[in-house]
Amino acid sequence: MDLIIIWACLVALAIILYVVLDGFSLGVALLFPSARDEDERDVLINSVAPVWDANQTWLVFGGGALLVAFPMVYGVLFSALYIPLLTFIFGLIFRGVTFEFRANATRKRPWDRSFFLGSFVAVMAQGLTLGGFLSGTKVVGTCFAGGSFDWLNPFSVTVGIALIAGYILLGSTYLIIKTAGSVQEWAYAKAFRSAMVVLGFQVLVTIWTPIHYPSVLTNWFSSPRIYFIWLFPLLGLTAFCGLMKSLKTRREFLPFFCSVVLFLAGYLGLIASIYPYAIPPSITFKEAAAQHETLRFTLWGVIIVLPVVLAYTCYSHMVFRGKVGKIGYDY
Amino acid sequence: MDAVFLSRIQFAVTTMFHILFPVLTIGLSLYLVVVEFLWLKTHQELYYRMYRFWVKIFAINFGVGVVSGIVLEFEFGTNFSQFSQTVSNVFSPLLAFEVMTAFFLEAGFLGIMLFGWEKVNRRVHFLATCLVALGTILSAFWILAANSWMQTPVGFEQVNGKFMVTDFFTAIFNPSLPIRAGHMVLASFETSVFVVAGISAYFLLNKRQVELSRRSLGIALVMAGLFSPVQIYLGDASGRQVFHHQPAKLAAIEAHWETNTHGGAPFAVVALPDMREERNLYQIVIPHGLSLLVTHSLNGRVQGLKDFHEKDRPNVLILFWAFRFMVAIGFILFFVMAWAAFLWRKGRLFDHRPFLWTLLIAHPLGFIATELGWVTTEVGRQPWVVYNLMRTAEGVSPIPAGNVIWSLCLFLIIFPAIGAIYFFYILKTLHRGVDLTSPIPPIQRPVGMRPFKSGGKSDSVMG
Repeated sequence: MDLIIIWACLVALAIILYVVLDGFSLGVALLFPSARDEDERDVLINSVAPVWDANQTWLVFGGGALLVAFPMVYGVLFSALYIPLLTFIFGLIFRGVTFEFRANATRKRPWDRSFFLGSFVAVMAQGLTLGGFLSGTKVVGTCFAGGSFDWLNPFSVTVGIALIAGYILLGSTYLIIKTAGSVQEWAYAKAFRSAMVVLGFQVLVTIWTPIHYPSVLTNWFSSPRIYFIWLFPLLGLTAFCGLMKSLKTRREFLPFFCSVVLFLAGYLGLIASIYPYAIPPSITFKEAAAQHETLRFTLWGVIIVLPVVLAYTCYSHMVFRGKVGKIGYDY
Repeated sequence: MDAVFLSRIQFAVTTMFHILFPVLTIGLSLYLVVVEFLWLKTHQELYYRMYRFWVKIFAINFGVGVVSGIVLEFEFGTNFSQFSQTVSNVFSPLLAFEVMTAFFLEAGFLGIMLFGWEKVNRRVHFLATCLVALGTILSAFWILAANSWMQTPVGFEQVNGKFMVTDFFTAIFNPSLPIRAGHMVLASFETSVFVVAGISAYFLLNKRQVELSRRSLGIALVMAGLFSPVQIYLGDASGRQVFHHQPAKLAAIEAHWETNTHGGAPFAVVALPDMREERNLYQIVIPHGLSLLVTHSLNGRVQGLKDFHEKDRPNVLILFWAFRFMVAIGFILFFVMAWAAFLWRKGRLFDHRPFLWTLLIAHPLGFIATELGWVTTEVGRQPWVVYNLMRTAEGVSPIPAGNVIWSLCLFLIIFPAIGAIYFFYILKTLHRGVDLTSPIPPIQRPVGMRPFKSGGKSDSVMG
């Protein structure tokens, strides 16, 4: 198979792994203000404390893989999205330091706020980044040639808000797995409500994307895409129905699984809409790709190392499987 | 102020803040490996309590290190996209390998290290500690490989202005890597054990948890005794390596203006270099000193800075003094260890108050030396981003200065705030001291454990 396609898949895989894994960590944080007391917030933060760092590492891997395989995408997009990307990082900084600082604090309130606000800013900025990316980037030669605020428009703001709802869904369905009793009941309610909002936004964004960005429509109805593009909304709808049913029947693992599939459907639909462009609307993956030798060498590294990484990541999740207690953060 | 200057300042601010934390992460994880090994071997509860104490410091430190480090990977794109796009073929796999072999390893086993006490047995826990320590060292290796390649670039050819890789093995194991990586890893070890020593000395001075602090201090001093002389040797080797590969950098570090055509090059102990007049306004020199130091011969030829075009010279004043303070600290730490050896032979190591005070005062010196070392090596690489091949000014992103002013201001507000809070919680953890009473999880208790008795608390210790 073509090296460039393999690498495009790898980058895509890293990004979706990051979105799902850190998505539930961020989602748990977004639920922080609505938790009823400090004990409940302890449960919430303990549910992600042992895994958040490993989850976030997929972001770093995604960035690294993008730089290896498509240095031009990395360079152009990061310059173009300077402000939302660094805002995202600032948000992650506050979210990240909260874990240790809150555990050591006597007064937890300020850290409850920083946990929520950091995550909120991070998710919103992620959405603006995605929306800005989809809005198109002006490129001259191999360089970014647009303005500092090209990413800011009603569409990208909508994507930001949609992502907040989406991560709340991931976070609450994750909490269903990790908690019991009244907290779990509360998580069911949150999951139900956020699922409705997510469905609304997914429909909205699906309609808005081709309006905002007309070539997507031509893409959809061109061969061979026309034959399979409808599969993604169908998959999304199936996942949504499954989610609703599993929430009603109080299943524990299925809601999270369905939420992930819902995300996956949207994500794959997006990729199918913009492919073969790596920087819409003008630069293709092929044009942006790195030297063949670099792709080959690093791919060998990935083939050898990544299965090991996945193995011990699974092991770590196995170690911390099961419900979290109230006083887990005690080392 | 243009985007080039501002981006450089921002990168300097973010890296100089970030590096403080990995230094302690690298060194403290090794210390924890030693302590947990002793716990496994001797079954002495003392070591378990020690581990649980130092791992708290480790955890707070690790958290700040992780979040401040992500910034850097993004800045390669946001602020130095031209650099990234030009050298990526050679440079980026090194970063990717760092993520794959180091970051995942650290993050994957940190959870078990901090939260796994009731979930895994002692051996698995020890393995987790070892793997986290290995991860930190691998991380240092890869990032030093990347940085060393920028200092001594090899293994590529330039085609249409782009760097195309010819041999990855050569690029990774570039000429300056072995010594620079060794120097940095050892700097982290040395800095960290001096931190442990300083904190333990503080406890001893206050007569708190005396037995445990003695043991902490003892282990730290044994390690520091091993590291401090080797570090001086590596420092010297590093200097000779710079002389060999980056002559302009060496000349600037030494404020050495004229190439010595006959006779030896003198070593300036102190000097006030003036770049405009191309001489030292004031100096105290040791004749033949520089020749002796870098060529190991009395009259070895050392190229002077005037041999290089004015626009190819780094800032002499910064380099000259950053280097000298770093070296001074290296020797101070070495002499502290010599003093420790002397006191140990007299059996007064743990109650000699002036010595304990010295340890307490000396404990931040390693951080300062590490920062000065990075200033020396990075300012010394200027005006190049890839030595002799690509100028830093050619590497920045096509973005307006306003963007960078915005982010730089935020960094300048957020980082000091986080630094202050970090410091506050570290002090708080130290103030709380060692927890001697929490029960040891059954899965961690060895058969035939030797309980730790300290000042009448021994009963509750058993849990």
